[in-house]
Amino acid sequence: MNQNLPNSFRSGPDERGHFGIFGGRFVAETLMPLILDLEKAYADAKADPAFQAEMNVYLKDYVGRPSPLYFAERLTEHLGGAKIYLKREELNHTGSHKVNNVLGQIMVARRMGKKRIIAETGAGQHGVATATLCARFGLECVVYMGAVDVERQQPNVIRMEMLGAKVVPVQSGARTLKDAMNDALRDWVTNVHNTFYCIGTVAGPHPYPMMVRDFQSIIGHETRKQMQEAEGRLPDSLIACIGGGSNAMGLFHPFLDDPSVEIFGVEAAGHGLTQLHAASLAGGRPGVLHGNRTYLLMDADGQIEEAHSISAGLDYPGIGPEHAWLHEIGRVKYLSATDEEALAAFQLLSRLEGIIPALESAHAIAKLSELAPQRPRDHLMVVNLSGRGDKDVPQVGDILKARQK
Amino acid sequence: MSTRIDARFAELKQQGRSAFVTFVMAGDPDPKTSLDILKALPKAGADVIEIGMPFTDPMADGPSIQAAGLRALKGGMTLRKTLAMVRDFRKEDNATPIVLMGYYNPIYIYGVDSFLADAKTAGVDGLIIVDLPPEEDTELCIPAIKAGLNFIRLATPTTDDKRLPAVLANTSGFVYYVAVTGITGSAAADSKVVGAAVARIKRHTALPVCVGFGIRTPEAARAIAENADGSVVGTALVDVLKGSLDVDGRATPKTVSAVADLVSALAQGVRGAKQAAE
Ligand SMILES: Cc1ncc(COP(=O)(O)O)c(C=O)c1O
Repeated sequence: MNQNLPNSFRSGPDERGHFGIFGGRFVAETLMPLILDLEKAYADAKADPAFQAEMNVYLKDYVGRPSPLYFAERLTEHLGGAKIYLKREELNHTGSHKVNNVLGQIMVARRMGKKRIIAETGAGQHGVATATLCARFGLECVVYMGAVDVERQQPNVIRMEMLGAKVVPVQSGARTLKDAMNDALRDWVTNVHNTFYCIGTVAGPHPYPMMVRDFQSIIGHETRKQMQEAEGRLPDSLIACIGGGSNAMGLFHPFLDDPSVEIFGVEAAGHGLTQLHAASLAGGRPGVLHGNRTYLLMDADGQIEEAHSISAGLDYPGIGPEHAWLHEIGRVKYLSATDEEALAAFQLLSRLEGIIPALESAHAIAKLSELAPQRPRDHLMVVNLSGRGDKDVPQVGDILKARQK
Repeated sequence: MSTRIDARFAELKQQGRSAFVTFVMAGDPDPKTSLDILKALPKAGADVIEIGMPFTDPMADGPSIQAAGLRALKGGMTLRKTLAMVRDFRKEDNATPIVLMGYYNPIYIYGVDSFLADAKTAGVDGLIIVDLPPEEDTELCIPAIKAGLNFIRLATPTTDDKRLPAVLANTSGFVYYVAVTGITGSAAADSKVVGAAVARIKRHTALPVCVGFGIRTPEAARAIAENADGSVVGTALVDVLKGSLDVDGRATPKTVSAVADLVSALAQGVRGAKQAAE
């Protein structure tokens, strides 16, 4: 690890939204007043016991929390090393961890009196969660989704529309998550007076990375308690996939100050790190996009490059600023898994445990399959099963069928 | 610090007229045509020139300017070439102010200090960086002022009286009032509403206030010119440029004149304004 380590890894960001040099508020002036309002509204909500109490009711009875921490016996046996636990975020209502954050943001939007909600989505899980809570609270919902993702995540597009949301296919750029975020920002600039932008990951201008992390931290807090109950101690390692990094940050954050806990994030290596991929820490460098400074894939002129991943939810050329910081100071180790490795892991978990993971989560399973055999049998390893694979069944089915021919 | 921008606005004030500010994208549709357009702008009546620095992800721009940036990038434009273009322009014109407009990442990657030094040497007068609000002034605004460049800030309908002083604090050259909450290429704002907004800003600053976003026609430019120190036209110029390209998006013999003709017509509109007001 580097010099100048902070006393705590959990104290960021500073009041200007910085984690080390990362983060910040790089937005158009039109949005700045609203972002300052949001910062205040969120601080008020955080300090209000009634807000947390109301959240807790919905988290339990609507989302279905706590999500189980499940001992994956057959996967453990198969890999022949560490004892593996799955944090079952895929069992949440709407099928992924995304709902934890959306619930929080929708409650904040309600406090701010906003009636129109917009969101960007890649895999569609954040879009579905947003559409769901907008239906529940009677709010207008518009979801921006890259046209390529609309194609490859059809089941989620249909779900969003059934829930009453308007899905806007985005035709600019590579027509994936980055472009969806651009168009969501353009909508926000235009409709700032009545619109709340519900960002789906730990990225964007301050206070989003912090706020989304706080709402997702329930994953790590529950894991701590559940592992204590199951094994009487802390886990030895944690592993999660990274698109923008919200499911990972949610699991990691409560453990950052426990030096005995090894932490691994898994980026999407697409076709491989020397080819098209979406691993911004492995293949990028610090730059400024979508309201924050972070690691980005870009060319020598500072033009943003298009990411590639088989998984729509990881297909993004950036990463949340807090991860960029944790990477630089060395508290978290960042690995990457290719499309092929993720596909293999997708099938492995389906066959061994009867759980079809989201392609995103399959990236974490892929690296777990490498790390677990190298660890002793009393090593407790937790993998965040961030979502279920129903949305990916048609896409993976087509790929596997094509290979049989 | 006095720049070409200050000199130009002082001159126009003496003449009793409002400035006409044109926006074109550097390198659109190719570096050579783009330089020819740039050179034609002052003769056609542009008082101040904004040059867009192409960026892949322009979050405050509508489809026209997005496409212009992508055309330029496809034609091989880079920030370094944009500065070279300004240098070439300055060989013939040492009076017309040049303001670079765009997003922070290409500058950050170029390196703030070397960018500012190279921009100053090339003959750039000011910068408008859409994604650098006052909250991020230490990034580029303060270093730019130290390097002798104007940092021109956008004020918007959401910038209320409480926030205006912060927005104006490190602004110099002029204030760019964005007439609508929205992206470039949006519908025009009502000139009366804009007039009131400009008057509000002028209560907080002695700087000239120029208005942009949504101005497309000589009539609209005239109406704005009656209420502001300058009007900015961008999307309409980019659209007429695009309309002059061949099916493969390449420049044609009409491209430079198409842009210059529209600039002349718009400049007539602006010049008609003060007479109407006087
Ligand atoms: C199931 C699942 N996991 C992970 C992600 C990646 O997002 P993040 O890194 O913010 O958790 C997504 C995004 O769509 C997802 O749907």
